[in-house]
Amino acid sequence: MATFSRRRLAAVALVAASTLLATSACGGGDDAAEGGPITLTVDVFGQFGYDDLYKEYMAAHPDVKIVERGTGSNLDEYSPKLTQWLAAGKGAGDVVAIEEGLLVEYKARPQNFVNLLDHGAADLKGNFLEWKWNQGLTADGKQLIGLGTDVGGMAMCYRKDLFAKAGLPTERDEVSKLWPTWQDYIKVGEQFKAKNTGASFLDGATNTFNTVLLQTAGNTTGYSYYDTSDNLVVDSNPAVRQAYDTTMDIIDSGLSGKYGSWSEEWVSAFKQSKFATIACPAWLTGVIEGNAGPGGKGKWDVADVPGDGGNWGGSFLAVPKQSKHQAEAIELAKFLTSAKGQIGAFKAKGPLPSSPQALEDPAIIDSTNAYFSDAPVGKIFAEGAKSLKPVYMGPKNQAVRTEVENAVRTVELGQRSPEQGWNDAVGNAKKAAAK
Amino acid sequence: MAVQLDARPPVAPAPRTDRSRRGHRLSRFDTKYSPYFYIAPFFLLFGVFGLYPLIYTFWVSLHDWDLLGTSPAFIGLDNYSALMGDPDFWHSVVNTLGIFVISTVPQLLLALWLANLLNRQLRARTGWRMAVLVPNVTSTAAVAIVFGVLFGREFGMINWLLDHVGIDAINWKANRIASWVAISTMVDWRWTGYNALIFLAAMQAIPRDLYESASIDGATRSRQFWSITVPLLKPTIIFAVIISTIGGLQLFTEPRMFHSGTNPIRGGSLRESQTVTMYMFENAFAPNYNFGYGSAVAWLLFALIAVVAAINVLLLRRLGGGGGLKEDA
Repeated sequence: MATFSRRRLAAVALVAASTLLATSACGGGDDAAEGGPITLTVDVFGQFGYDDLYKEYMAAHPDVKIVERGTGSNLDEYSPKLTQWLAAGKGAGDVVAIEEGLLVEYKARPQNFVNLLDHGAADLKGNFLEWKWNQGLTADGKQLIGLGTDVGGMAMCYRKDLFAKAGLPTERDEVSKLWPTWQDYIKVGEQFKAKNTGASFLDGATNTFNTVLLQTAGNTTGYSYYDTSDNLVVDSNPAVRQAYDTTMDIIDSGLSGKYGSWSEEWVSAFKQSKFATIACPAWLTGVIEGNAGPGGKGKWDVADVPGDGGNWGGSFLAVPKQSKHQAEAIELAKFLTSAKGQIGAFKAKGPLPSSPQALEDPAIIDSTNAYFSDAPVGKIFAEGAKSLKPVYMGPKNQAVRTEVENAVRTVELGQRSPEQGWNDAVGNAKKAAAK
Repeated sequence: MAVQLDARPPVAPAPRTDRSRRGHRLSRFDTKYSPYFYIAPFFLLFGVFGLYPLIYTFWVSLHDWDLLGTSPAFIGLDNYSALMGDPDFWHSVVNTLGIFVISTVPQLLLALWLANLLNRQLRARTGWRMAVLVPNVTSTAAVAIVFGVLFGREFGMINWLLDHVGIDAINWKANRIASWVAISTMVDWRWTGYNALIFLAAMQAIPRDLYESASIDGATRSRQFWSITVPLLKPTIIFAVIISTIGGLQLFTEPRMFHSGTNPIRGGSLRESQTVTMYMFENAFAPNYNFGYGSAVAWLLFALIAVVAAINVLLLRRLGGGGGLKEDA
């Protein structure tokens, strides 16, 4: 008996020891294949549309194998993971995608990334819209963190079938004429609502709020929550208040389906045709297609966004210092962000190029999107892209934006009055900025 | 506590006279020190994955530590004093305690009742006993996602059923109490069967003759249950309560996965069901990246669990007669 239990204990000890070994072996990474093909990991969120580009690159570079992680994930899942990998000094991909709102956080801690200027990136400056290039630079202009992938030129995506049901025009040019301003958009929404189609006019208030804010800010102050000296101006920037008030008008008119962006219900609402319009930056077209599924093909179309232009989102590719294959990773990032790479991505999933050469390329200008009733998306998005007015973002942009969005959401759900919501937005934003 | 390990000392092998002195000493060394070596792996693992992180977290909590920054500044207990005056932190504490009470009380009562049923003569007894454990082996994240959909505002099945009996749809995710209830059902779905099995094991250790003599004295089944079963289960109940306390106050996956969409870590736009662990995560990682503040939350949570567990034990010791069992607990 005694020997038996002793043996069992020995087994436990063995298991424990091998667990320790296994965990330490996990950290070993991919160095095992010395001399063999190296594996480059690319971390993305949402849809970057790189699959065919990888194949092409691997065919030209037989010594490189590319693995993409995070496809289809949402930014809120992706960004904490990336930050943890960077903080831990281990785990991040060799090439990582960074959204513009998060780029400001990383720019303040540039030591985590390879300075692309040290690797011949300076020659590439002309391949990017000037403001996009500048966004990738640190404040002192000495380090380039990321090469631009896409910009978020805006449009309004709408459901033709629901518009027909409500007796509204369905042709995209006529639809664009319905809403020169956001107030006109609200009026169309009221007409739509009166017809009781069983669908709401728009998906949710936060999505529209972001669109109006970035558009208004781009056209007026050039910044949103922070001014260009990084002072928090949530309560004093008229663009923020104006976007808030416009959103309140939309909520007051009962046009919102109240679906929280990116939630399960939001995704279901696409499938179940529960709303008729959604403000769509170029990168959202791929998301709509994914959410609404094959059943929505030909029912969606793209019209001009109310108001005047605007940019929402867009990303960069960066190479973390912790990458063991920096040189190869930089080459891959350069390839993916080249005009050719950007055109390939646009064709696959719709992110709008940030390269002026790509934006002038017939492959973009003449492209149509079969899912969106063959809408000339190249023309719709690319035309405005070159005149886009970027919006400056301050250091705690993400945390502040989260607070303001949630305040908008509480009003939408009827938990707060518009005035209480505004006070929450300002108060919580200040608190978040101070953390 | 309730886990009865075999307390008999291991039988030392009789010393063999034909061995050399050296061999004899070795075997004495073996019997004397080997047990320590055998239990060492646990303590090594605990040291590496338990104690070290605990101390390091405390060290971090004394700094203004930006997750990605360099050279954090030592600020003493500033994080703790800020936390004491942080309404969002206390809000999350109330949420956590609320969900804990709403989930644990019915869960343990239900488990007790289930165990009592399973302890009777049933057909296919083993099958029933195994069946109650099935929810426990399903993935928490999967359960949370399914429940998240069931409790959907517009497309959820619960609201659809409520609609059939004429009750207005409830916005489960944007109503504080409703979200607590929804999350509690997830917790109970998962842990009731587990606790029932633990109670069942303890019930089977209760001598049958106690029940026999009680029924000869004319005690009803429920009288037997409350006067024999429950008092004799007290050590096991204390064990279950402490385990539930630790688990309940660290609740993360269920409320986190219950919310989807942008910044689910808030647990709703008014933080309706944000637990302390979620608040810790929100501060230490996205969107605040304030590692020091997050670590301070972690330590206060540790203190909170210790306090609540102590209160539970005290309350349970006062409850019921079972004085003779005190030393067991």
